[in-house]
Order: sequence, then C-alpha cells, then structure tokens
Amino acid sequence: MRDFSVLINQVSKNYGDVKAIENISFSVKKNELYGLIGPDGSGKTTIFRILTTLLLPNTGRATVEGFDVVKDYKAIRKISGYMPGRFSLYHDLSVEENLQFYATIFGTTIQENYDLIKDIYIQIEPFKNRKAGKLSGGMKQKLALSCALIHKPKVLFLDEPTTGVDAVSRKEFWEMLKNLQQRGITIIVSTPYMDEAALCDKVALLQKGKILSIDEPEKIVQQYEYPLYQVISDDMYSLIADLNDYPDVISAHRFGDVIHFATNQEVKNETIHGFLADKGHQHIEFKKITPDIEDCFMALMKNEN
Amino acid sequence: MKTNSENIIIKVENLVKKFGDFVANDNLCFNVDEGEIFGFLGANGAGKTTAIKILCGLSAPTSGNVEVAGYDVYKQTEKVKKNIGYMSQKFSLYENLTIKENIRFFAGIYGLSGNVIKERMNELLESLQITHLKDTLISSLPLGWKQKLAFSIAIFHKPKIVFLDEPTGGVDPITRRQFWNMIYETARSGITVFVTTHYMDEAEYCDRVSIMVDGRIDALDTPSVLKKTYDAKNMDEVFLKLARG
Repeated sequence: MRDFSVLINQVSKNYGDVKAIENISFSVKKNELYGLIGPDGSGKTTIFRILTTLLLPNTGRATVEGFDVVKDYKAIRKISGYMPGRFSLYHDLSVEENLQFYATIFGTTIQENYDLIKDIYIQIEPFKNRKAGKLSGGMKQKLALSCALIHKPKVLFLDEPTTGVDAVSRKEFWEMLKNLQQRGITIIVSTPYMDEAALCDKVALLQKGKILSIDEPEKIVQQYEYPLYQVISDDMYSLIADLNDYPDVISAHRFGDVIHFATNQEVKNETIHGFLADKGHQHIEFKKITPDIEDCFMALMKNEN
Repeated sequence: MKTNSENIIIKVENLVKKFGDFVANDNLCFNVDEGEIFGFLGANGAGKTTAIKILCGLSAPTSGNVEVAGYDVYKQTEKVKKNIGYMSQKFSLYENLTIKENIRFFAGIYGLSGNVIKERMNELLESLQITHLKDTLISSLPLGWKQKLAFSIAIFHKPKIVFLDEPTGGVDPITRRQFWNMIYETARSGITVFVTTHYMDEAEYCDRVSIMVDGRIDALDTPSVLKKTYDAKNMDEVFLKLARG
C-alpha cells in the first residue's frame, strides 16, 4: 500500500436522483501521471472534489497519501495542489498578488518554493502586475498551475487544465506536467481530449459516472478487439454511409481526413476496393492501422450502451 | 470553390480593431462563400473572439470594410444580427426553461410568428426524436443533447450564416461526430457555417480554414493545400508550425 498515492475504493456519489459516479475504484502509484479521460458529465469533477475533500462520498472510501478523505481532510489539504476546472483565481488581483495569496494561505512564501514553479512562472512574470482577469487563456492556465504548486504539494489534482486551450498551449502544458513529474510529484489530470490519454502513464476511461476501462494507454489500445482500417476515397461524405452498408461492418467514423473502419473479420484489399468501386468511389486508399484511444473509447461506449 | 462575388456571404477588407495601443485584429482580409464550412482557427489570444464579435455586429471595427450577409457591420448591425445564428459551448440554452420554452424564446426574439414557431418546432422535435421530451428542463439533458439542440435552435430562424464558437468542447467522441454530421447537413441546405475549434481533426472537416497568429491571418486555404504548403501530415502539424512560428 505504501507505493500508492491515491486509493479510491467503491466510491459513489449522488446529487439527488442523479448518480454522478457509481462504484468507482482505482489506484494511483506514487509519482505516476494518471489520466481521467472522459467527456463532460462522466464524473471527473466529482472524483476530484471527493479526493480534494471538498465533497463527501455517499459510499466507499478513498485515501490520499494514506490520509482518509473524510477523517483526515486537513492533512490532505496541506499536501495537495488543486487546479479546478473553472478559473479559480481572483480576477481583480494581479498575477503576483494571486501567487502571494496562495503562498500565504499555505504558510509559505513565493521565494521558498520558487524553484518548483520557476519554469512555468517565468513565462508570465513579465505580466506580473496585470490583473488575472485580463490574462489570455494560456497565461491564466500557467498562473493557476503556479498557484496550485506554490506550497510544493505531494499530489497535484488538475481538472481539465487544457479545456478550451489551443493545440500549441496544450502541448506546452503537457511538457510542463512531464517536468513536474520528474520532480517527484504525483499528478492526476482529467481531460476530454482523447489524444492526451497517450501522454499519461495510466488512464481510467470514464463515461456517465462509470469506468469503461483502466490500464496503460498502450494496453488499452492492444485490447481493441476488431481489425481496424483507414479508408479514403474521392467522396468522403458518402464513404461513411457506404462503409456502414458493408456486411461485416462494426463501425465507420471520421478521423480527420480519413475514415476509421472496424469490421468483424479481416477484410481483403480487393474485396473492399470492389465493394466501394461498385458504389461509385474512386481513388480508394485502404490500409490496416492500429487503433488510438479514441477508437477504443468509442468501441467501449457502444458496448456499454 | 465558388469565388464570384455574388456568392460571397462574408466580406472582410482590411479589418483593423484596436484596443488602445493593442492591435487585436491587424488588417484582416478574407471572404467566406455561401454554403461553405469555414474553420476559423488560432491560438488563445490570437484575436478570434474580437473578429467574431465584429462579424456578429456586436462590436465596430476601428477601420476597414466588413459586410455580413450583405449588410454593413458599422451601420446595419440589427440587420446583421437578424441574418445570423450563434452558438457556443459557454452560452447555449437556458437551463431552467424546458426544451419547448427555449425554442419559443429564441424564435420569438428573432420575430417568428406563433404559427411558424409551432410548425418548425414540431419538425425539429421530430427530427431530433425528442418530441416526448419537449417539456423537460434543459438542465436535465445530457451535454451532447444540449449541444445538438442548441445548434438546431441557432438555425431555427433560417439565418444565412451560423457562427459556432467551440461547439464541441467536452463532448464525447461519438456525439462530436454526430454534431459534425449536423454541420454538413446545414451547409448542404445553403446555410454558411463559420466555426472555431481546438480539435485539429475537426479542422479537416472544413471546406477552408484560416489560421490567426498575433492578430493576423497567416494562412487561409483548404486543409489539403495547407498540409501541402506546410509539408505537414495533418492539420495539427500545420497549426503547430504556424502558431509556434
């Protein structure tokens, strides 16, 4: 048990009749980068609020660094950093004032732990006198992360830090997380972006308050049970509908400029070319591919329904 | 691609918007064609929101000519507003009104008559297969449903253009694709779709894509030409190359 930073066992939470999460269990090892992957309404935020002691579970038990989330909430608050989904800083305080404020609350100073936040804070330091409310999305995110880190937490909880953030800032953010992990911090991060799952050591895929799957991202991909192909033709719009008419079809989904096509059994190149040519498609490209997390997530969603 | 001027639905010439010394939109020039799906991409803070506010008639440019649906954004803002629809992830529907009430409310704002509202509402409820849910509060619907409904309501008054500001944020991957099917159908019906997104795979679904960097449009073309121009295997790479400089 000593190797674990976070343990959550059979935890459920209802809001009135609404079951936000149901029998959630998972464990996060020390210094792991753990991802909670799922769309809005899958229960990610409820899990964070329970682990950060802001919400009581209806049933089940959870511990953070050995402390119980109900009994030992004070101890947990001292050792956790939490970046909630909504921008949590004071808009009418400056960048520096916000940081100062969070440092003071935790009984420390900016100087004492500056080393930990330096790489991140240095990027917004030129704007330290600007009001937090006037920052751009990417800068707000860096400030919020700095504030969550200023007391040198053992565990960092990040609730959708990259939602609404552009592709470039998202990449930079994940580079920052990898660096923080190297400083020995355990990180639990949630995201609706499926591509970010691959950047985690381990992930829990969540949908409607339940866990669809838990594993290392590579293993989740290996468990995908169908042959999967990438298909292109000159008429991408009809291609999805036509592939859905194929006798062995499991699914056909658009992925950027290609279609991912899953089938019951292996499909021969000639067979699919003939099938699509009969339907009027030209310039057909067809090849087998390995699935990504989004393929797996959609397959698991379907099984669940 | 249609380029003759009769089919241009959004015309932007030398658009500049300044806030004090800060140049949020730096001489933007682009056209959007009727029935096109136009992807409007850019990093946070690049100036997208400023430009969208101008195109929606909510903010006047500092200089430049901008026409939306044939109307001038300086003088004819009310006409602009009547001819567009708008939906974003942040603002969509009133949570404490029912589906029916939301439809009636938004349709009423756009001045549709009671009979037209009734008729179109029935069509809409049927096509989304939610007739039985019409008296349900929006707050009790799953997000995916809300977003699909919000989109349908944004085009309920049959605008010439619909602006979608990050419409699919946080939506599950299957619903996200269903949402894009609705976008295709809308464009096929002749309504122009102007859409922003942070999902780079969605950039591939647009007819043309513009990418804003520091207040300027640094690239504008079809996804396939952009990929060739920037020697990139997907739009994610194009975006990274441009936005990281």
